[in-house]
Amino acid sequence: MNKGLKTLTNGILTENPTFGLVLGMCPTLATTTSAVNGMSMGLATMFVLICSNVVISMLKNLIPDKVRIPAFIVVIATFVTMVQLAMQAYVPFIYAKLGLFIPLIVVNCIVLGRAEAFAAKNSVGLSALDGLGMGLGFTLSLTVIGAIRELLGTGCVFGAHIFPENYGALIFVLAPGAFICLAYVMALVHKLMKNN
Amino acid sequence: MAKLESTFKNMALSLTCITLVAAAALGGVYMLTAQKIATQAEEAKNAAKVAVLNGVEDGVAIETEADGFGGKIKLMVGFAQDGTILGYEVLEQQETPGLGTHIVEWFKNAGKPGQNIIGRQATGAFSVSKDGGDVDAITAATISSRAFLKAINSAYAEFMKQQGVDVSTGATMVNTDAASGATQPCVEHKDGCCEHQCNHECHKEGCCKEEMEATK
Repeated sequence: MNKGLKTLTNGILTENPTFGLVLGMCPTLATTTSAVNGMSMGLATMFVLICSNVVISMLKNLIPDKVRIPAFIVVIATFVTMVQLAMQAYVPFIYAKLGLFIPLIVVNCIVLGRAEAFAAKNSVGLSALDGLGMGLGFTLSLTVIGAIRELLGTGCVFGAHIFPENYGALIFVLAPGAFICLAYVMALVHKLMKNN
Repeated sequence: MAKLESTFKNMALSLTCITLVAAAALGGVYMLTAQKIATQAEEAKNAAKVAVLNGVEDGVAIETEADGFGGKIKLMVGFAQDGTILGYEVLEQQETPGLGTHIVEWFKNAGKPGQNIIGRQATGAFSVSKDGGDVDAITAATISSRAFLKAINSAYAEFMKQQGVDVSTGATMVNTDAASGATQPCVEHKDGCCEHQCNHECHKEGCCKEEMEATK
């Protein structure tokens, strides 16, 4: 039980995909233009992470070492396509915004990274927890960065106006703002972790 | 159970099985969602068609597209019979969030006549003020604005085409009840009906046909 809890919090805090492992930077920078976008991307990735971790952990003895990467990628790509189809069918308004980035979850380093580093060596239960923890950590980071960029850029958070849009600094919604914001949040997180 | 050795047979077998299962699973999910996805797209299109006509009964909805800043911009544009723009809806766009995405509402802001195109007489030559036109572009999104107006212009060209004036365009017709088989334009319209004799069947059902028959 203790080990399970540790696995879960590992992904959220100590080895947070975005701020700790610094993996999956492409979706982090590209999809965090607003809090909702960041969170949707995080949740989609979390679903894929949990599913692929579970399946790969179940199959770990049936996959010969030399073909493990193609096998992992097939499993991951299958789940990503499922998410894509499901989003297109049931949440078309979110799909309209994230459409381009969903297929790119396949090449998100976090998913393959966890498959290789964790699921291929641990039990199904622990792998599921690892996927959940990493997914939550990723979702949390993306939502925070998305909220900050949305606030500074447009004066809203989750679409709710905090201050008038005219006072927003557009750069935060654009690509440079993603780098600036990520750097500051990462620095802050590392400082807080160090103090603990 | 011990891990499988990396022999050729094991590798081929393992990969084949995994891909087979994956393919089957994907096929299943596709079958479950295909219907729903098609319905969603159709619904969005129909809703847009109704919205752009703004309650005008003989208006014409035209679907059109142009290359924007981040990909295709697809629009549904509504025209009145005299070429006045009744409304528009963005069906698809991948413009920059917070900038180009403003095309969704920017050009129908009734409070700002400089950027509003609703109620204007379409000319087929809308352009942004930067290019000498009379439509104010979205701040910091001139490329998206240009693309948007280009789409509107090609929609108008398509509208004129189905009214009988031939202009080449990339837009496609949506209202199938209008202008089918038309070879020549009606000379004039009054209350949406042909005033003068027409030598073809006009899109207002029965109107020209009756007129023609009456003059025989």
